[in-house]
Amino acid sequence: MTDTNAKFSCRNVKVHYGDFEALHGIDIDIPDRGVTAFIGPSGCGKSTFLRTFNRMNDTIDGCRVSGKILMDGNDIYNKNLDPVLLRARVGMVFQKPNPFPKSIYDNIAFGPRIHGLTSSKAELDALVEKSLRRAGLWDEVKDRLKLSGTGLSGGQQQRLVIARAIAVSPEVILMDEPASALDPIATAKLEALIEELKERYCIIIVTHSMAQAARVSDKTAFFYMGDLVEYDATEKIFTNPSNNRTQDYITGRTG
Amino acid sequence: MNQITVYMLMLICALVVAGFVYNRSQALTKFRQMRAEAGGKLELSSWHSQASYHGYFTGWLVIFVTFTVFIAGLLLGAQSGGGVIPWVAVMIIAGVGTIFLCGKKISGGFRARTYVERFVHGLLIVLSIIAVLTTLGIILSLLFESLRFFKSVPFMDFLFGFQWSPQTALRADQVGQSGSFGAIPVFAGTFLIMLVAMAIAGPIGLMIAIYLTEYASAGVRKWVKPAIEILAGVPTVVYGFFALLTFAPFVRGFAESFGFSVPTQSALAAGVVMGVMIIPFVSSLSSDVINAVPQTLRDGAFALGATESETMKQVVFTAALPGIIGAFMLAISRAIGETMIVYMAAGKAANLTANPFEAVTTVTVQIVALLTGDSDFDSPKTLVAFALGLVLFVITLLLNVVALTVVRRYRAKY
Ligand SMILES: Nc1ncnc2c1ncn2[C@@H]1O[C@H](COP(=O)(O)OP(=O)(O)OP(=O)(O)O)[C@@H](O)[C@H]1O
Ligand SMILES: [Mg+2]
Repeated sequence: MTDTNAKFSCRNVKVHYGDFEALHGIDIDIPDRGVTAFIGPSGCGKSTFLRTFNRMNDTIDGCRVSGKILMDGNDIYNKNLDPVLLRARVGMVFQKPNPFPKSIYDNIAFGPRIHGLTSSKAELDALVEKSLRRAGLWDEVKDRLKLSGTGLSGGQQQRLVIARAIAVSPEVILMDEPASALDPIATAKLEALIEELKERYCIIIVTHSMAQAARVSDKTAFFYMGDLVEYDATEKIFTNPSNNRTQDYITGRTG
Repeated sequence: MNQITVYMLMLICALVVAGFVYNRSQALTKFRQMRAEAGGKLELSSWHSQASYHGYFTGWLVIFVTFTVFIAGLLLGAQSGGGVIPWVAVMIIAGVGTIFLCGKKISGGFRARTYVERFVHGLLIVLSIIAVLTTLGIILSLLFESLRFFKSVPFMDFLFGFQWSPQTALRADQVGQSGSFGAIPVFAGTFLIMLVAMAIAGPIGLMIAIYLTEYASAGVRKWVKPAIEILAGVPTVVYGFFALLTFAPFVRGFAESFGFSVPTQSALAAGVVMGVMIIPFVSSLSSDVINAVPQTLRDGAFALGATESETMKQVVFTAALPGIIGAFMLAISRAIGETMIVYMAAGKAANLTANPFEAVTTVTVQIVALLTGDSDFDSPKTLVAFALGLVLFVITLLLNVVALTVVRRYRAKY
C-alpha cells in the first residue's frame, strides 16, 4: 500500500495541542520530486501538519504527534532519531521572512557552519555563492554580503531564507505561506524559484492562493477541519474535484 | 511655618472644594433647565462643557487667586500680629468672589472644558520644567564649585595626579599642596571594585537571564524572577554590613589559610557584595532584551537543525547583544555610583593597586569622607568633593547615554 516513490508516507497521523485534536488521522504519500500544495480554510491544520515533517512541533509546549511518518521508509518519530539531524535534511521557510540579524553571508553560512559541511573558507564562500545563486539573489546582494540580512526588502529576505535553507543541502523544503508577505513581483520571482527547485527537491507548500497552488504544484491536498478531504493531481483538483467540499472551497463558496 | 499659615492653607482647600462643588451643581442645574426648555432634547452644540468641567474651572481659578493672596500675605508678614484678620478677610472675599464670578459665566457657550484642558496642559509643562531646572541647577552648582576648586588646584594635577591625600593638605594648613589632590588612585579604586562587581554580576546575571527566558518552565519562572528581584530591594546598608561583618572576614580567613595576610577591608569584599547587589539589574534587563528577540528567529535556527545551545549562542545571543551591552552599562553606572557598600567594606586608604585583596577607596567614599565631620566649606578639601562628583556624574552620564543609544539602535533592528 505504501507508494515506493514516496518521500513521506503518513499513516493515521494525529496531532494534539493539549486536549485539542488538531489533526484526526491523516494518511498521505508525498512524492519525492515536485511540489505538493496544502490548501484549506484557516485553522484546518495545514501548518500543524507541515510542522510534523521536520518535527518543529516538538518545540511547542503541549503538542503531541501520534501515528507513523516514514521518510524514505524510516520512521522520523523513532526515539533514536535526532530531530536536529532530521531538520538538516528537511528545511523550512516560514510565512514571515526571518533572517538572522547577521550579515547576509553569515545568514547563509549559519547552517553549513553548525553542521560542519565545509572544510575551508574558500569552500564556504563557494557554497554561499551557490546557494544565493540558486535562490536568485546573488546578483542583487553580491556587493554587500557583509551587510545585515535584515536590511533587505521583504522579497529579498524571503529569498535569503530560502538560500539559507538550501545551503545545508536538504532533501525536502517545507514552505508555510511563503508569499503571504510579498508583492506580486516578488511572488512571481518566488514561484519561478520554486519551479526551478522542484527538479532537485521535494517541496511542500502551504498556500491560501488557489491560483498559486494551481500554478506551482503538481499535487494538491485539501484539508478541512483537521481532515484530509481530497488529495490528487493538481489538475484534477482544480478542474474536476471528486468531493463537494473541495469544489466549494476552490470556487470560493466556503472560506 | 506657624499655626496661622497652616489654617490659611486649610482655608484655601475649603474654598477650592466649595467652589468646585458649588459651581458644578450650578452648571448641572442650568443644564437641566435648558434641556427642559428645549423639550428634553438638547443639541450637542448648544452645551459645550460637562458640568464637572465648570467645577474644575472654578477650582483651578480659586487655587490661583487664593494662592496669590496667600503668598502676598506671607511676603507682607501678615501671618502674625494685626495682619491676620485682614489677610483672612481678603482671602475669603477673593475666593468667594472668584466662585461667584465663575458661576456667572456658566452657560452653554462657555468653553470651560477647553480652558481646563489648556490649564492642565500648562501645569504639566511647568512641572516638567521644574524637574529639568532642578537637574540643571545641580549640574551648574557642581560646575561652579568645581571651578572654584580648580582655581587652587590645576585641573590636570587633579585628573592625572597619582597622590591622593586631601586630609594632609588641610592639616598642614596648606592650600592645594601640589600632588595632594591627584584623583587617579580614587578612580582606580572605583574602577577596580566595579570590575570585581561586574565579574560577579555579569556572568551570573546573564546566565540567570538565559535560564529564565530559554530553559525555565513557566512555573519556575514565576517564583525565581521575583525572588531575584528581591535582591535589588535589599537596602544597600544591609549589603554593607553583610560585606563588612560576614563576607570580608571570610575572605581574610580564606586568604590566611593559604598563608597570605590581607586586610579585612578589601576591594574584593566590597566588589563581590556589590556584584550580588547588581545581579538583578543585569538579569532582569537582559532577560527583557532576550525575550524581545522574536520567536521566529529561534524557529528559523531550529529549522536549520541548530541545537538549543547553538540557537542560544549564535542567534538569540547575538541578536540580543547590543541590548545586553546596554544592560551591562546601566549596571556599571549603578556600580560606580554605589556608596554605602564601599564605604563600609572597601576602606578609605587611597592605594593605587590592581590587587583586589588590598583596601582601596572610591570616589563616592571620598566624597562622604570629605564632607562629613567638621569642615570649612571654602577649603579645597571640601571643594574637591564637587570636582569628584562632577567627574563621576560625567562618567555615569556618558555610560547611560551610550547604553540608551545602543539599546535604541537595537530596538529598530527587526
Ligand atoms: N501552538 C498551538 N497551541 C494550541 N493550538 C494550536 C497551536 N497551533 C495551532 N493550534 C490549533 O490547531 C488548529 C490548526 O492550526 P494551524 O495553525 O495548523 O492551522 P492552519 O491551517 O495553518 O491555519 P492558517 O491558514 O490560518 O495558517 C487550529 O484550530 C489552531 O487553533
Ligand atoms: Mg498556518
